[in-house]
Amino acid sequence: MLTETKETKDQHTPSTSSEIPDEWFKPKEKDAEGAETVVRPSLSYWQDAWRRLRGNTLAMAGLVFLILLGLMAIFGPIFSPYTVSQGNLPEQNLPPSADHWFGTDNLGRDVFTRTWYGARISLFVGLMAAIIDFFIGVTYGGIAGYKGGRTDNVMMRIIEILYGLPYLLVVILLLVVLGPSLFTIIVALTVTGWVGMARIVRGQVLQIKQNEFVLASQSFGTKTSRIIRKNLLPNTMGPIIVQMTLTVPTAIFAEAFLSFLGLGIQSPFASWGVMANDALGVILSGDWWRLFFPAFFISATMFAFNVLGDGLQDALDPKLRR
Amino acid sequence: MIKYIVKRFFLMILTIFIIATLTFFLMNAIPGSPFNEEKTSNAVVQENLEKHFNLDKPLPVQYVLYLKSIVTFDFGPSIKQPTETVNSLLGRGFPISAELGIWTILVALISGITLGVVAALRHNKLIDYTAMTIAVLGISIPNFVLATLVIQVIAVDLKLLPAATWNSPQHMILPIIALATGPMAIIARLTRSSMLETLTQDYIKTARAKGLSPFKIVVKHALRNALMPVVTILGTLLAGILTGTFVIEKIFAIPGMGKYFVQGINQRDYPVIMGTTVFYSTFLVLMLFLVDIMYGVLDPRIKLHKKGGE
Repeated sequence: MLTETKETKDQHTPSTSSEIPDEWFKPKEKDAEGAETVVRPSLSYWQDAWRRLRGNTLAMAGLVFLILLGLMAIFGPIFSPYTVSQGNLPEQNLPPSADHWFGTDNLGRDVFTRTWYGARISLFVGLMAAIIDFFIGVTYGGIAGYKGGRTDNVMMRIIEILYGLPYLLVVILLLVVLGPSLFTIIVALTVTGWVGMARIVRGQVLQIKQNEFVLASQSFGTKTSRIIRKNLLPNTMGPIIVQMTLTVPTAIFAEAFLSFLGLGIQSPFASWGVMANDALGVILSGDWWRLFFPAFFISATMFAFNVLGDGLQDALDPKLRR
Repeated sequence: MIKYIVKRFFLMILTIFIIATLTFFLMNAIPGSPFNEEKTSNAVVQENLEKHFNLDKPLPVQYVLYLKSIVTFDFGPSIKQPTETVNSLLGRGFPISAELGIWTILVALISGITLGVVAALRHNKLIDYTAMTIAVLGISIPNFVLATLVIQVIAVDLKLLPAATWNSPQHMILPIIALATGPMAIIARLTRSSMLETLTQDYIKTARAKGLSPFKIVVKHALRNALMPVVTILGTLLAGILTGTFVIEKIFAIPGMGKYFVQGINQRDYPVIMGTTVFYSTFLVLMLFLVDIMYGVLDPRIKLHKKGGE
């Protein structure tokens, strides 16, 4: 590839045409060893992608924000003297202060503590949805793309039908039946959520399986599952990672949306959607902090994942490099 | 083409059938009858109630009756509001939701395409970066957060526009802003990237060489091709706007279909949930079908009957 540039003599442009030295026109001696020297360090695909991602300020800001958010979600509640569901009625609706950094809600619960519990739930839902989508989507799409023919046809028909189902309506329907809980939200989100991943993996596998190295592997008698795992999937990792990064904000949005409708996590447990919904009634009374913090963190987290996903897409997808 | 339309049509019917069946069996999987909570009713009342709603019949019979009700578009009475039928709720709510939806999609399309085209024409300039930052923000801020934000700032603090209900054109502005921003951002990003691709093509160079005005090149030549990806995602966008109306109608107290749907969910009013779900799904699947066909008509290069991706 481009990294293995052969050593060539620097090409000077003469300042004036009259002063061209004669030795410039002598043939260069062949240097068999020197021609093979690799001048630049060779970069793997991942090193190259990381280098590009690092140059993208917005995406790196998103990554840093998400790391900080993850740390606060894990450790934030430990540093707080308050608990997530225990209220203190004399301390109702206090504005942000030294005691309560983000203020308190109508039951005297500390909004700072509840925000980090909300972060735990949002990140957990988002990551679980992305991981489950990954396993189902990659298996399904990998098999459909590699087998091809009739198997592929039938499997794609099934996907077409699932794709036609209105996503959030199905989720709402499942939640009404199964009852609201964290587990049912994740199940409901992944029932139809893996379809997008499966489509991407299938499309990639269809292209890659035409390559000679797959043919070589086949002629050695390698098992299908091993070919998919060792030959095909590593080469589709770029689009898969981008898709996973973009699945997370969708899932976080869906959880907040459902909690906001009263179908998600139930009070007293905190999720950003629940907190925003609880605060909706008091927006006119001027208790802005109760709505501001959950609303800010939902938006900021989704923003961070979106810009990180965009950055990864630019870094990992060679077709988009311009 | 005809073959493809027929095939897509049957796929559409199949999808609606699957949704309807899924809804029916999910609703029946819930233990107990909808009347179990009403402690006041005695055994006779209970029996009569179940008879009235056909709940005394065996499940297969109920299923057939249910399918029949879908085909004839008559979803029966609401359980929790005895004076209402699902049809009367839909009849009252749908025009309002449709009005909100149509305005939203129009606003999103016009502003999104404008933003995308401007960003593409000023590629890698300040306007491009600004437009795309606005777009990512628009995608990242959930519609219910944006709705509360505009109520707080525009209605409560600045007192410019009314905060809720649906009585006059002024009332419509805030809900439309809240609902249209997300789709607008998606359309803007898509328009920009496909516009960038289109502008590099040879026929645009030809148009330039002929000495056409830049405006004419963009609007008459480039935009036509650049908008194809926007057409493909129209169906998905409609689905998003539709589910978005649930929360927007709740926040702004708009008496649309979404309000009855959310009410039905909260009251566990099964006929209302089943009726509205099937109605919503049918509407959406029909839209996806129309978008697909429109796509084939607009872009003759696409061979719709082509099988798979091989």
